[in-house]
Amino acid sequence: METTSTLEKTLRLLALTLVVIFFMFPIVWIFLMSFQTNETILRIPPQVIFEPTLSNYTALITGKLTSAAGTLDIAFMKNLGNSVFLSVTSVALALVLGVPAAYAFARHKFKGSEDIAFTLLSFRFAPPLLVLLPLTQYFQWLGLANTYIGLIWVYQLICLPLILWIVRGYFEDISADVEYAYRIAGHSWFATFRRIALPLAGPGIAAAGLLAFIFAWNNFVFALVLASADKQPVTVGALAFVTSSGIQYGQIAAAIVLSVTPTLALALYAQRYLVEGLSLGAVKG
Amino acid sequence: MSGAGLQIKGVDKFYGPVDYGVHAVKKLSMTIEKGEIVALLGSSGCGKTSTLRMIAGFEAVSRGQISLAGREVHTFAPVKRNVAMAFEGYSLYPPLTVRENIAFALKASRLPQNVVDEKVAYIAKLLEIEDILGRYPSSISGGQQQRASLGRALIRDADLHLLDEPMGQLEPQLRAVLRGRIKHYIKEKGLTAILVTHDQTEANALADRIAVMEGGVLQQFDTPQMIKERPANLFTGTFVGEPPMNVFDATVTVSADTAVFGLNEGVRLEYAVSDFSPAVLAELRNRKKVSLGIRPYAVRRAEGGVPAKVSVSQWLGDQTHIAADFAGGTMVLVEHDRVRLGLGDTIALKLDPHSLHVFDGETGVAVSHGPELA
Repeated sequence: METTSTLEKTLRLLALTLVVIFFMFPIVWIFLMSFQTNETILRIPPQVIFEPTLSNYTALITGKLTSAAGTLDIAFMKNLGNSVFLSVTSVALALVLGVPAAYAFARHKFKGSEDIAFTLLSFRFAPPLLVLLPLTQYFQWLGLANTYIGLIWVYQLICLPLILWIVRGYFEDISADVEYAYRIAGHSWFATFRRIALPLAGPGIAAAGLLAFIFAWNNFVFALVLASADKQPVTVGALAFVTSSGIQYGQIAAAIVLSVTPTLALALYAQRYLVEGLSLGAVKG
Repeated sequence: MSGAGLQIKGVDKFYGPVDYGVHAVKKLSMTIEKGEIVALLGSSGCGKTSTLRMIAGFEAVSRGQISLAGREVHTFAPVKRNVAMAFEGYSLYPPLTVRENIAFALKASRLPQNVVDEKVAYIAKLLEIEDILGRYPSSISGGQQQRASLGRALIRDADLHLLDEPMGQLEPQLRAVLRGRIKHYIKEKGLTAILVTHDQTEANALADRIAVMEGGVLQQFDTPQMIKERPANLFTGTFVGEPPMNVFDATVTVSADTAVFGLNEGVRLEYAVSDFSPAVLAELRNRKKVSLGIRPYAVRRAEGGVPAKVSVSQWLGDQTHIAADFAGGTMVLVEHDRVRLGLGDTIALKLDPHSLHVFDGETGVAVSHGPELA
């Protein structure tokens, strides 16, 4: 048993507190900002005590932004809906395509398999802006610019490599003999994939899906270039708060809180599931 | 020869491109009768597990054919081969209990639930895992997992049962008990089984015939007794048997009435020509250099024998192992009584002609066992 002195304990607590403050401060500050008007936000020196208002949230939810210069329409809720739709369908598609591919790369070494897998990963290396210019041209020719299908397709550049490489690792960790044991007991390879490999890699697939969802949700530049107002996700939609009559800090803060909530909730929910799944797994024999 | 068993014909296994990759199994041919238990015995990397996996269908056969129960199966998917297997790494399904794991193997045969329960209970009793049937693989010991895995293989009614190191993790007492029970079970149900092992005691106890493999080549395929008494070559001779066979290089001179083996350090072993059959003598005349082998149990201490200096003498509780400096090498002998010998004591050793194994000095192929031709 290690004995720790009171001094050591205090120092540890202090260090921990500093780290928590460092990371949590911006989030807490934004959360507080979302309940203030522009006037109270921009007061100097800033004050922690203020009269909270829900006006920012009502403005976002009703879509009517009333400022000194008049009333402005904000498509925030529509943007939020776009974000959910784009991220969910992109991740779903990436899972449908990526998980079987990951299984193939993990289990079957064929000529060029490493090269193909690496090529898929290399999509993540290219700076998005470099890809976007020609892509915009092509999408316009193909009629895919400013369509959900086009966006979901481009989002695969983000989701697919991520899922492929993470899930592949999980499949490789499952002892092939467990699958062989199932196959020799009279089951086809597809049944083995569905009944043995998929459930055992479940936590890994969930983790990969979650990560891909966060990356897709946070994507800015693809949607900025390839989507117009009605297809934009929140990341791009937030630009609308920079108006001719000033920057609407309160609404931005409220928008951030609203747009972070789904990912945060998902992460918290999945975290519990992930830990459970990983500790139950114990596949390696 | 019954067509119902397993036939392996000229099978090659290459990892990597055929003819250029790693040649793991070389021109393997063997026939296993229905109802026979065969052990594949060899050291690590000898090709025994590759052979097993080719039979199961997890590895492609690079060349040759495998037929089972009259069907050519080497191109079939594992599911179509009707083979059961116990894996070295157990490979139990983690989300299922031990009971479900064992019963799962019967799922494809669609038996009524009460028959499945009965079979699981029977096999669990046989393998002494009744008390862990409700537990999950991750919560039981390696030995228990191994028995569960063995149960999962044995419960099936397959044309062939493949057991990869089936008892490696069990404690010695249990292993001895289970060996007997498993053999009885396999024989009673008329199953055909191949077990892969590097433990020769296990191979001897379980198998009707043993296939000794080394370097991807089948060295000998015979009954345990024949392998011990008539090893086909120097490798089988030294690999099978505990303690291993003593081997000495020798020159051989056959004259009108004597056959003389000249060992290192001037040790001469002289025998009468009547100790060997004329065919053996003819073979010995054709050779200058041979390897002379003798089992430790066959070496006798006797008056007038070749002197040797004791270097180790160990009482194991039921027998004494003695090692002595002999002809520039070490001669190991086993005595069934307690022998009190000090280091450096001189003993006289006699090698009876009927327990001599002569191998070709270059190829290692057996020339003679005792007085008879190999």
